[in-house]
Amino acid sequence: MNTTPNTGGLRRIRRLLWAAVAGTALAFGAAALWRAFTPSDLPAPRATGEAAIVNAYSLTDHTGRTVTSDAYHGQWQLVFFGFTFCPDICPTTLAYMASVMDILGPEADRVTPIFVTVDPARDTVDVMAEYVAAFHPRLIGLTGTEAQVAEAAGNFRVWYERSEDATAPDGYLMAHSGYIYLMRPDGGFDSVYREGDQPPEALADEIFMRIERDERS
Amino acid sequence: MKLFLAAACIATFPAAALAEVVVSDPWARATILASRPGAAYLTLHSDADDRLLSATTPVADHVMIHASETGADSVTRMIHLDALDLEAGQTVRFAPGGMHLMLLGLAGKLDEGASFPLTLTFERAGAIMVDVSVLGVAATGPEGEP
Repeated sequence: MNTTPNTGGLRRIRRLLWAAVAGTALAFGAAALWRAFTPSDLPAPRATGEAAIVNAYSLTDHTGRTVTSDAYHGQWQLVFFGFTFCPDICPTTLAYMASVMDILGPEADRVTPIFVTVDPARDTVDVMAEYVAAFHPRLIGLTGTEAQVAEAAGNFRVWYERSEDATAPDGYLMAHSGYIYLMRPDGGFDSVYREGDQPPEALADEIFMRIERDERS
Repeated sequence: MKLFLAAACIATFPAAALAEVVVSDPWARATILASRPGAAYLTLHSDADDRLLSATTPVADHVMIHASETGADSVTRMIHLDALDLEAGQTVRFAPGGMHLMLLGLAGKLDEGASFPLTLTFERAGAIMVDVSVLGVAATGPEGEP
């Protein structure tokens, strides 16, 4: 007699949970559809909050090797999402990351700078190879399929969009959030920076301090 | 009233109609791949209200005037301007991360150390040609600036 209300309660909870799952799935589906059809109107996810950013991807590096984020485990990582058709912010940010590496001197051995393209259709392995080499010998270029790149960007909470523009090369323009992510050697998210917010010396100092602090603990 | 004054000025002082625009520190960043657009930067200063209508260069099929805008969502979008208004006495500086001239359909890679002519056409000041120096891929400003 006692068990009946309990089972009923459990059943109700189960039903509620399934409803929540279905609701979430619907919300995600709707969000995906929304994103697919109205890319430019959707507000971007904000890159704040440590828990939100996950260093996970499966991509191809500029030498053609398949890599996951584990490939850089043990290294501090500076991760930037961009694309090679971007004439201004992307080269500016990559040159900035290269300067930070140079300023770090020997400490730079503990840091891997990574450039992930959000335009994999045009940024093939060969393009990435030529492109990254121009900035820094240690700069890693990552590309992949549209799905792999979307997954990587989603995990980093990077927003990017493609807008059709007949005057642009190939008929589209890309927009993206210009953050540089600093990831810890264990793969966890540490911090985000923007190129224009501090000179490369200041970012190198910050990274240096974090490396030191990490060593002590 | 403003229009009337402007008209009066032009009528009284024909020389004033030849508004002067000073184009300084033109530079471009070297490009890595010829198939990718380049960016050029410069500083404009006009004595009078004027408007940059277009830019052309033999090294590129098109030159677009772009402003970069970073929204509250932290997404940076390039905004294509058909023309750029210049206010009398104000200096407009094109710089990395901000306004730039996007060079589309480059005839070849922009190599560091090279230079190319760029013609800017203003509504009042007419056409002004400058020589744009190509700086390294890591350059962040014109030569002579740290």
